[in-house]
Amino acid sequence: MNWDRIKEKLSILADAAKYDVSCSSSGSKRANKGKNLGDSSGVGICHSYTEDGRCVSLLKILLTNYCIYDCLYCVSRKSNDIKRAAFKVDEVVDLTLNFYRRNYIEGLFLSSGIFKNPDFTMERLVLVAKKLRLEHKFNGYIHLKTIPGASDELMHEAGLYADRLSVNIELPTKSGLKLLAPDKDHKTMLAPMSTIQQGIQIYKEEKKLIKSSPKFTPAGQSSQMIIGATNESDLDIVKTSTFLYKKYYLKRVYYSGYVPVLSDNKLPALHTPVPMVRESRLYQTDWLFRFYQFKPQEIVNELYPNLDLEIDPKLSWALRNMDHFPVDINTADYHMILRIPGIGVRSAQKIIAARKHAYLNFDQLKKFGIALNRAKYFIICKNYYSTHDFDQNRLRNEILRFGHSKYKKNFSNQLSLF
Amino acid sequence: MTYLVYDTSFEGFLTAVFEVYELKLERVAIRKNNVEIPQLFGETIPVITNKDKAKRVADKIIAILGKQGFQSLLKSLLSEMDTIEDSILDVIRYAIKTNENVLNDFGHPAVLEIQQILKKLSRERHRMNAFVRFKLANDGLYYAFIEPDFDVLPLISNHFKSRYADQKWLIYDLKRNKGIFYNLQKVEMVQLEDSIKESEKRLNINLDTSEIEFQKLWKSYFKSTNILSRKNMKLHLQHVPKRYWKYLIEKK
Repeated sequence: MNWDRIKEKLSILADAAKYDVSCSSSGSKRANKGKNLGDSSGVGICHSYTEDGRCVSLLKILLTNYCIYDCLYCVSRKSNDIKRAAFKVDEVVDLTLNFYRRNYIEGLFLSSGIFKNPDFTMERLVLVAKKLRLEHKFNGYIHLKTIPGASDELMHEAGLYADRLSVNIELPTKSGLKLLAPDKDHKTMLAPMSTIQQGIQIYKEEKKLIKSSPKFTPAGQSSQMIIGATNESDLDIVKTSTFLYKKYYLKRVYYSGYVPVLSDNKLPALHTPVPMVRESRLYQTDWLFRFYQFKPQEIVNELYPNLDLEIDPKLSWALRNMDHFPVDINTADYHMILRIPGIGVRSAQKIIAARKHAYLNFDQLKKFGIALNRAKYFIICKNYYSTHDFDQNRLRNEILRFGHSKYKKNFSNQLSLF
Repeated sequence: MTYLVYDTSFEGFLTAVFEVYELKLERVAIRKNNVEIPQLFGETIPVITNKDKAKRVADKIIAILGKQGFQSLLKSLLSEMDTIEDSILDVIRYAIKTNENVLNDFGHPAVLEIQQILKKLSRERHRMNAFVRFKLANDGLYYAFIEPDFDVLPLISNHFKSRYADQKWLIYDLKRNKGIFYNLQKVEMVQLEDSIKESEKRLNINLDTSEIEFQKLWKSYFKSTNILSRKNMKLHLQHVPKRYWKYLIEKK
């Protein structure tokens, strides 16, 4: 092997792939039957974390960063003057296996710039996965990016070898896409999601009848959108993600705060800070829908189209709906316990389990690991009754005054923007 | 205060619990035989591990807490804390008294303590699943050294066995001087002689010729996948505390 050349390619093609945020390696059910390499039947594992605090779970690379498209937000766009490189199929297979055997990674996340045409590109992505699965009996996790415009046959084959497929919706609004990615259109990007969704559905039905029928994208599909590159509102973003979750049953929608890498008058200026706080608030919102039984319109709507950056969206909802509080920890149902600011899913479950044995007091809640500095304004428990009858603005100020937001630093950073 | 001293084995601990009931001891503490005991204030009774007694206690606990609950209690012993036995005994007494599965009574101090310890253990187990870095020796063995906070080898063995079923591997805990070795058939506990446990040079392991190259590639990948403008060292350190860096190729 020409190690120096491989190293150069790896650094170029990892650098170009790093703006894809998905690093999930969970949710597959690919067990190691027999004495082969790899097992993806357990929980996902983050093998390391970069200095920006993001998880490193998969070998995340592009097959090539040559691209026929010229999307403004993308480092690999045609007109950008950068070093280009391309891996051979066997090189990717080799790297994946050798990294996996050393326990560096859970598997491979392979994406690509589009060279020649979508089918030509997709074919090679599929070939990598196929070789890993069939020639090397590899049971590690494989996430393939599907290329919009590739044929249904290739998409289908990808689904047979990959654990997860994803198509990036790229931008939250159609108008944004038109502005920044003139070569792409909304419809062609949604088409593969629909193909994959149908595939998953068909194989699921089949599996019910014939147990030995093959797995098809067992960890489902996900998508990603860049936020802060156009002037979309949080409501726009939530509308799009809700649509994707509902229509295509996506496992995850990722939000990627725009990192200014290119200079163009249609884009935020270089050195604009990455909107990390906003990104985090969007993930919190996403969590509220998926784990906290909130409906999207409860969090953002025409009246409140943007998330409050200073406080988390659950607290924000609570302050707007003070008539639901205080909630009695010892009697309220799970649904309402989940809505108390400062109480997470685990704590809520603990409360439900523990109160069967005893009438819970404030100190016990403290020991559960509940963030009482927020929760205390919203609860009733044994020997404790929240007497705060502040109006929402006063309460908001009080919580902000006594709280130490971990985003405070970033936040003052972001404020200087406006 | 009476101290029951056992041999650090699961069965030894269960035998000690048996004696607590057998001897009707009220003010009692169970201690490992490698833990210092205050001689002034109490009587020390060595416990002789007894399979039958251990089984009777196990059956009783399983009947109340279920198999999983029983295993959780024993698992918490892997934390190696000097006084963990106190909390386990408290929970056992509480369970026997109420004849209820009390393991989700998070309001009870001993239960909460056990649950918190189990969480710590599980976190450390997960970290080892993540942070083990195998090196390839020229005889085909993939080996790794670890120094985990708790004795997690028994908890990670199956994970590595099902994942690396077609390669020989060794994970060695230098802190406790013992390891698990997979020989393509099954996983065995192994122990190296005291004098040679220190470094791989003295262990006389020769690396495969490709090993250093793959380490370089991994380091280079790790660097390239970072986004500078998002740098957040606080978060980084929270996820990868410094005490683990020693064995992480990418952090060396």
